[in-house]
Amino acid sequence: MSRWSYYVTGTALAILFLFPLLWSGWASVRTDSGFGAENYARLFTSSNGIRPVHVFNSVVVSALTVGGTLVVATFAGYAFGRFRFPGRDVLFLLTLAILMVPYATILIALYVLLGWLGLEDSLVGLSLVLIVFQLPFSVFMMRNSFEAVPIELEESARVDGCTSFGTLVRIMLPAVRPGLVTVGLFAFLTSWSEFFAPLILLNSTGKFTAILAVVNMRTASHGSIDYAALEAGVVFMAVPCLVLFAFLQRSYVRGFTSGALKG
Amino acid sequence: MRRRAVTGALYATPAAILVALFFVVPLLLVAWMSLHRWPLLGSPKLNLPANYSAIADNALLGSAAWFTVRYTVIITVLLFVVAFGLALLVQNRRRGVGFFRTAFFLPVAVGFASASLLFLGLLSEEVGPLPFSGDGPALGSVVLLVLWRFAGFNMLILLTGLQAIPVDVYEAARIDGATRLQMFLRITVPLMRPTIALVLTMMVTGSLLAFDQFWILTRGGPDNSTTSLVMVIYREAFVRLDLGSAAGISVVLLVLLAVLSSLQFAFLRRRSA
Repeated sequence: MSRWSYYVTGTALAILFLFPLLWSGWASVRTDSGFGAENYARLFTSSNGIRPVHVFNSVVVSALTVGGTLVVATFAGYAFGRFRFPGRDVLFLLTLAILMVPYATILIALYVLLGWLGLEDSLVGLSLVLIVFQLPFSVFMMRNSFEAVPIELEESARVDGCTSFGTLVRIMLPAVRPGLVTVGLFAFLTSWSEFFAPLILLNSTGKFTAILAVVNMRTASHGSIDYAALEAGVVFMAVPCLVLFAFLQRSYVRGFTSGALKG
Repeated sequence: MRRRAVTGALYATPAAILVALFFVVPLLLVAWMSLHRWPLLGSPKLNLPANYSAIADNALLGSAAWFTVRYTVIITVLLFVVAFGLALLVQNRRRGVGFFRTAFFLPVAVGFASASLLFLGLLSEEVGPLPFSGDGPALGSVVLLVLWRFAGFNMLILLTGLQAIPVDVYEAARIDGATRLQMFLRITVPLMRPTIALVLTMMVTGSLLAFDQFWILTRGGPDNSTTSLVMVIYREAFVRLDLGSAAGISVVLLVLLAVLSSLQFAFLRRRSA
């Protein structure tokens, strides 16, 4: 491909891909009289818009999911990457099998199961489900990250008298930082934006996450849709993700190339 | 080293509990539920095989299955072509390549439900900036949305596959006088088979389970013409309040996906062996 056609094609496509994002930002601040924050005001005050409690719920679910995924996947990745124990391979394959059974097909059962566990209409229940569906990617990533750490590093720590937990926290965690960032970032993106799981698992409007509330503005509107307020909702949901994405780009690109795609 | 085995097993325990409780149990439970009349409220009763025999009579389910398959074929073909094209465009280190990659990948950061809302406005007659907006074909707008949202993600995966091909293979082919097209068909495609299989599998499963995009963008209309399989499951469970019937459809879908996945894996193994 010649230099010119490379630049022309690339630039044209980049504009096409960036255009919807730029348009939604512009549409969210455009008003009848010019530009202003009125659409955002309607997003947060109209009778079926977002309430502070919805944002709070989203923050709770995201924090629980990111924290839970990091802890569970780090321990499991360490176990799979560095230890031999009975049942190891079965458990690893079973975890990866979650990828092949998309959760849309078992959400009905999860809905009943969470009811039995007293976690019906519960943010904790939703977070547990989101953690489980992050596990295949996260455990795989962390196992590969731990395997890539030179074994001598761990052995010298053990000779110095570190316990296995001490070694994990002080020696191994800094070494697998790109993997941790990647796992945490994707757990956040999923939990913050996930729509179908909360739609099924949360019933009362007081428990809704922010994305449920925004979509509700569209589905509950009979007749005319308040598009401008909707685009304000899109921007409100997308900005935290885009900011994190930009800030962590270096780390997750490294995480991807050193961890996920090895082996 | 028995102590080490115990330590390892302890570290794996939280994951084992979560996988057992929230993956294995629901998998068995959905099969169990499909054998029962299982109302949303009230106690379940065994009614084998009513949930399965009802599937054949469900007219909406039939049209949804046909629509979902058509949608899957369209998306898989278009998305694959676009994603591969993007990956080829940005595979070499050249000036501006970082910017292009970021621009194509950025939509991945926007949640899919949010992206659906974005396109609802973007393609609407009321506020949309495009000259052809209005009551265009509902399926067309969903295709545009999915291409925008997922092309960059698949591009990144294909890119890692492209970059894993050693440069000397191309050098050798060039010395032998191979054309660009020959190199692409004889070197790039065969060596990328595992990556291509992975990407295609994800596209097919993802499309067969489509929900958000139709729920938000088309509401399944006009006249249920864009109602997907998962939308039917949702309707059985939470509109008709019949969890048993929803479980029955889920089990059929699960079996189909399992067959499809194992076929793809078998194909992959045979070719790479």
